Amino acid sequence: MPDIILKGEAIKLGDNISTDLIIPGRYAHLRSNLPQLAKHALEDADPTFVSRVRPGDFLVAGKNFGLGSSREHAPVVIKMAGISAILAKSAARIFFRNAINQGMPVLLCDTDKISDGDQLEINLSHGAVTNLTSGAKLSCSKTPPLMSAILGEGGLIPYIQKHKDFVITKH
Amino acid sequence: MGKTLAEKILTARAKTDARAGDIVVANVDLAFVQDTTGPLTVRQFKESGFRKVAEPQNAVIFLDHAAPSPARQLSNDHMLLRRFAHETSCHIYEVGDGVCHQLVAERFARPGDIIVGSDSHTVTAGALGAFATGMGSSDVAVALALGKTWFRVPETFFINLKGVFSTGVYAKDLILYLIGQLGADGATYKALEFGGEALAHIAVPERLTIANMAVEAGAKVGLFPSDEATQEFLAAQNRSDSYRPLYPDADAHYERLISLNMAELEPMASFPHTVDNAFPVSLARGIKIQQVFIGTCTNGRLEDLAVATSILQGKKRSPDTRLLVAPASRQVLTQAMDNGYIKTLIEAGAVILPPGCAACLGLHQGVLGDGEICLSTANRNFRGRMGNPEAMIYLASPATAAASAIRGEITDPREIM
Repeated sequence: MPDIILKGEAIKLGDNISTDLIIPGRYAHLRSNLPQLAKHALEDADPTFVSRVRPGDFLVAGKNFGLGSSREHAPVVIKMAGISAILAKSAARIFFRNAINQGMPVLLCDTDKISDGDQLEINLSHGAVTNLTSGAKLSCSKTPPLMSAILGEGGLIPYIQKHKDFVITKH
Repeated sequence: MGKTLAEKILTARAKTDARAGDIVVANVDLAFVQDTTGPLTVRQFKESGFRKVAEPQNAVIFLDHAAPSPARQLSNDHMLLRRFAHETSCHIYEVGDGVCHQLVAERFARPGDIIVGSDSHTVTAGALGAFATGMGSSDVAVALALGKTWFRVPETFFINLKGVFSTGVYAKDLILYLIGQLGADGATYKALEFGGEALAHIAVPERLTIANMAVEAGAKVGLFPSDEATQEFLAAQNRSDSYRPLYPDADAHYERLISLNMAELEPMASFPHTVDNAFPVSLARGIKIQQVFIGTCTNGRLEDLAVATSILQGKKRSPDTRLLVAPASRQVLTQAMDNGYIKTLIEAGAVILPPGCAACLGLHQGVLGDGEICLSTANRNFRGRMGNPEAMIYLASPATAAASAIRGEITDPREIM
């Protein structure tokens, strides 16, 4: 299978972007209307986000991205806004799992080496990031095989539709 | 080598030798959703082609976050969830019954259980020795359908508790202090396991406050052993049958050992806008507050209302400070009425909100105005949390909240007690 390569521009955010900043509780009434909800993605963290994001862009954050609530609407609205992958120094546990379940890659790497507006190339198959603007090459921490398999199917629901169960491979 | 509480529970339920770092599939004893994450769970469940909940007796829907509903869209979400409960025969708790985590503690959680809920504070049930963790809507949809889910077995930090609280210091102060020490990502993916000689003096309601906030340090679970205190709590809920003792092995391997002398703690507050921004409440002394909120899955229990009532007895809230009180469940409200707490709180100027999440997450019942400051007994103070990104939230204990409501400014409760 050929490597999966993504190219796009970085939209940079800081540390500790909570799910309340990604999609606040005050919009809970829009959670059954996802296109409307997505218009408020990251509104409290970066009011310009929705207007400047272009399909294929990468969201690049600092440490502990997605801390807080279990709301899966957080990765959902980021994906609907057009983001194709999230890069962060670290990610909160539930957010990380939710993002993978939504088919959204989350790569953990040293994002200090990425600035807002940098052009990036991501090799999803090898977990490698190249900053085309600066030339820096970043390696990412490994994702457990089960999560890679879920991501490979495009998320948890397509994974379960296909496999009917969780398939654990022992090493 | 011996096992931690997390390894023991996952070993038993996954029927395999579960060690930190392993990926296991385990049966779940309880899977639940609440009204702001449940509708997506229902849609994912149906999109997957599932029609039946594997074990409806172990599946629960709670209508607590928007309760009663403040908007037609949320009312329609409630209708969707009621219909799903009816179609699948799972339990449903209605508007006014209480916060999901309190009801799970009162009615469902058993030592050794595996519990998954589409709410990050599902960790609360760790107070009863249950491996309880929050997940998203898709994960819970699959758990409902298959009756199982997958876990990475977490490494464990052991928190060795010593001493007793001094006057004016409570479980909330302990957990705020600990999160301040660990940092908001200090325990990401880990289990926090509490133990030590002080456990004998920490009752289950206090353990619920502590376990509830484990996720605020990034932890996957906050676990207490099941001991005499657990037995006492379950007996009081007419659930003695659910009790069984559960302890970690003496030779369990812990990634980190943290000792905490409770006698050295003082009243704490988390300053805006992160929970780990925790300092002694004395450093916030005198900050004017426009709203005090006592309640939530963190501090809306009978013991919390008892502390607040004892401080507010015969006193009045400041005319410049609103005082909102939301009991965590119908049972808590009933007992608080029987004990006279509700009358005292109302006479002190409190607004009593229906059992549920109330003002905690900013969608109704106490949304803050621009520039307003709230002192809350909840578990999160992220910017925008209480419905307004221009507002600020301090987190503290019910004692600090009650004392601060009287003065209209952040107050160390020891000045009033």
